Amino acid sequence: MRRVVVTGLGLVTPLGGDVETTWNNLIAGKSGAGQITRFDTSDQKCTIACEVKPADHEYGFDPDKRVDFKIRRQVDPFIVYGIDAAGQALEDAGLLDMDEETKLRAGCSIGSGIGGLPGIESESLVLANKGPGRVSPHFVHGRLINLISGQVSIKYGLMGPNHAVVTACSTGAHSIGDAARMIKDGDADIMLAGGAESTICPIGIAGFAQAKALNCSSNDAPEKASRPYDKGRDGFVMGEGAGVVVLEEYEHAKARGATIYAEVVGYGLSGDAYHVTAPHPEGKGAENAMRMAFKKAGLGEGDIDYVNAHGTSTMADTIELAAVKRVLGDDLGGASMSSTKSAIGHLLGGAGAVEAIFCILAIRDQIVPPTLNLDDPDEGTEGVDLVPKVAKKREVKAVLNNSFGFGGTNASLIMKAVD
Amino acid sequence: MSDTEERVKKIVVEHLGVEADKVTMDASFIDDLGADSLDIVELVMAFEEEFGVEIPDDAAEKITTVGDAVKYIEEHKG
Repeated sequence: MRRVVVTGLGLVTPLGGDVETTWNNLIAGKSGAGQITRFDTSDQKCTIACEVKPADHEYGFDPDKRVDFKIRRQVDPFIVYGIDAAGQALEDAGLLDMDEETKLRAGCSIGSGIGGLPGIESESLVLANKGPGRVSPHFVHGRLINLISGQVSIKYGLMGPNHAVVTACSTGAHSIGDAARMIKDGDADIMLAGGAESTICPIGIAGFAQAKALNCSSNDAPEKASRPYDKGRDGFVMGEGAGVVVLEEYEHAKARGATIYAEVVGYGLSGDAYHVTAPHPEGKGAENAMRMAFKKAGLGEGDIDYVNAHGTSTMADTIELAAVKRVLGDDLGGASMSSTKSAIGHLLGGAGAVEAIFCILAIRDQIVPPTLNLDDPDEGTEGVDLVPKVAKKREVKAVLNNSFGFGGTNASLIMKAVD
Repeated sequence: MSDTEERVKKIVVEHLGVEADKVTMDASFIDDLGADSLDIVELVMAFEEEFGVEIPDDAAEKITTVGDAVKYIEEHKG
């Protein structure tokens, strides 16, 4: 059976324009939240978000590094973040100079939950105010979700499968899981897989606020707003950015002497079949996804050391925790579980991939990132290590990453260290 | 350099991200400045906005160099 390993990582997040900056800030317990700087929020219910910082910021993102000026002008930010994170991952994997035969068997599976919302918003205003003759000729392909995979394949000459998942906040996890299957099935030897999002724009903030999903009560204390598993939680904080990994067939990676971070051993998917935005109250869908991933991984319940929870800082956190307990046991079988959305916000379609990378780095460095703002843990959290406020050194051999999305779509990934 | 020429060249530099000294009057948008057909549609829109001229599709198709654009604008602007 073909095995799938991770050999490269790339991140653009509110805590850094690359993997190491993001990770160091995350482990240090920093928050990426602040007042929205992109637009005037004076008439919005929510005025805060976790924005990717500009290049001159201490942990900013420099789009000049890997994305051509002309492309940056034409496309929405989520595509820029995705191209950059994919480039980082290829560089990290040592795959910038592939021969033609290798490129034929190298593909992309980089998705997004929503796609180019800021551009759809602004061009709609151009249409309304100036007429159809002023709409940008780059409007369509600069907003389409599959155009990260498209742009990356063009830039790096990747001629294998070209795919893009759209499953709301489960996108990043589904992207990795689906791409791993493509490698297992023999469709490719190398896949760039992940997700990206950037919807911090007036209609994005207003839309999620109207859906009662966003925190609208902490505008004066942005760093305290995202508080998964805390009694005082009151909705998620929007984040943005991208996470992309290089997945590679194990023998292929070994033969070229690649650094192997982890193996993707389990992938589970399910549907809640319940409600468009609310999770099933008993968390059946979440549980089914985790159980499927476990079955594939061939691991026992006590074998997981770290769970990166979906934990959005909404009412759904409790439902997820109850489901995780049913699968892993009341003490999670000794696993630590944290929600890094407390630090970087909710990256929606990027979340699953960014969080999978945090899981991989937990394996690499034997440390798990904290859940910030956990002042008053909710009922049901007793006896569970939610890594409050401070990162924790511990043994991490196997990790579980959960992602759940609007529409009732669930994905769970299990990865483990390769001996 | 005429005022029109200067403004046309500025738009080309901003849109295509090319060095200003490459934007000569006989530079071809596609062959010399790396534009594709959609970039030209966008440039034409930017010229229309900047100079308040209407450049119909059949005229736009004949604009292949920086000089072609300057000439058309000079002849048609109000």
